[in-house]
Amino acid sequence: MTDTAGLALEATAVGRRFGARWKAPAWALRDCTFKLAAGRVCAVVGPNGAGKSTLLALAAGLLVPTEGTVTVLGTDPASARTRVGYVAQDKPLYPQLTVAETLRMGADLNPGRWDAATGERIVADGGLDPAARVRSLSGGQRTRVALALALAKRPELLLLDEPMADLDPLARHELMGVLMAQAAQHGTTIVMSSHVVAELEGSCDHLLLIGGGRVRLSGEIDDLLAAHVRVSGLAETSLDPHTVVEARTTGRQLTALVRPSGPLPESLRTSTPSLEELVLSYLRNPQAPGTTPAEHEKAAI
Amino acid sequence: MVEYRIDRRSGVATYVQIVQQTKQALRLGLLEPGDKLPTAREVVEATAINPNTVLKAYRELEREGLVEARRGLGTFVRRSLGTATPAESPLHGELDAWASKAREAGLDREDVAALFTAVLEKHFTDKHSLGDVS
Repeated sequence: MTDTAGLALEATAVGRRFGARWKAPAWALRDCTFKLAAGRVCAVVGPNGAGKSTLLALAAGLLVPTEGTVTVLGTDPASARTRVGYVAQDKPLYPQLTVAETLRMGADLNPGRWDAATGERIVADGGLDPAARVRSLSGGQRTRVALALALAKRPELLLLDEPMADLDPLARHELMGVLMAQAAQHGTTIVMSSHVVAELEGSCDHLLLIGGGRVRLSGEIDDLLAAHVRVSGLAETSLDPHTVVEARTTGRQLTALVRPSGPLPESLRTSTPSLEELVLSYLRNPQAPGTTPAEHEKAAI
Repeated sequence: MVEYRIDRRSGVATYVQIVQQTKQALRLGLLEPGDKLPTAREVVEATAINPNTVLKAYRELEREGLVEARRGLGTFVRRSLGTATPAESPLHGELDAWASKAREAGLDREDVAALFTAVLEKHFTDKHSLGDVS
């Protein structure tokens, strides 16, 4: 996984600052380093204002990093643009065009790559009238058109910023199925952000947890879950020398999420955390030390 | 053909659910040798789960000799599963007797379930548990 050829997205010490230099500039992202192998479905998770949208816009080449480098499909984001699909959070479309015209525009803008059948099928599955103007569509219907545009482009990397936010549960499940089918059939790498973790569990196999403009956790979800244990036991049980992400005592009971660095005390009851439990524990505890693949590799040696 | 139902709140890993449901279908005769399993694409389109999860489940079934992948064609059932524990088996009888005893001892349904689960976990620790990692 160290060769660049197999990577869909790589960030090295990436930072992005907004605002003028002399007027208290704000860093939206700072010192972001991670790697994402091709073919993964990656969840970008974090609280509001964590820097998720900034990160996706940097990967799409719409923003330039203030420091560090972003590598997309082995090249710089601008050069990779024809092979990347990006759907911004507000799903920008031309309101005066009809659905059919929007798809035709997609075909014209992406010569040689356009898969008209896919675009038309996604739109038709939502019962959208091709003659309807984008202006007249609901938020969820607009999301569907935006996803149809992005998927019909047959991107190698698909960047989706809060793709499911406007959708009802049925459309959400169906469109997530469409995305997964795309990944299964074409090996598309998908990166999608959300602050609803439960909606990503099961669909994503890679997690990028961002908090305070920094990468808190990065890695395969299975590995991350296996590296953490939920424990419960008597309050006086010592958790040394394990890394404690979160610990709470209620009366005589101790419950904690730990990253063990060896065998745990026999007296503790242990269970595997769910992805949501893991993410929430880290978000509730901004000081908890994170892990990145680099540390995994070091730990493995 | 088999259709998978994924319960995300069950606490059972998704790939394990697919393995279990496939075996269940084999036991019930819903799947027979020569039958084709749905493609990863078909499964993920219906369930919205990650494609790698389906592939992992199919690899596990293949490792157990239940199915085989034929390149470019799909994954096919190799052999069926007999009913694991028929109602008249000694194991069933012992468990039945144990359950009556538990009831006589004053345990209610939840007590019995908790006890059974604890023992089950002790004897069938899954391979992801920490003991093996560290």
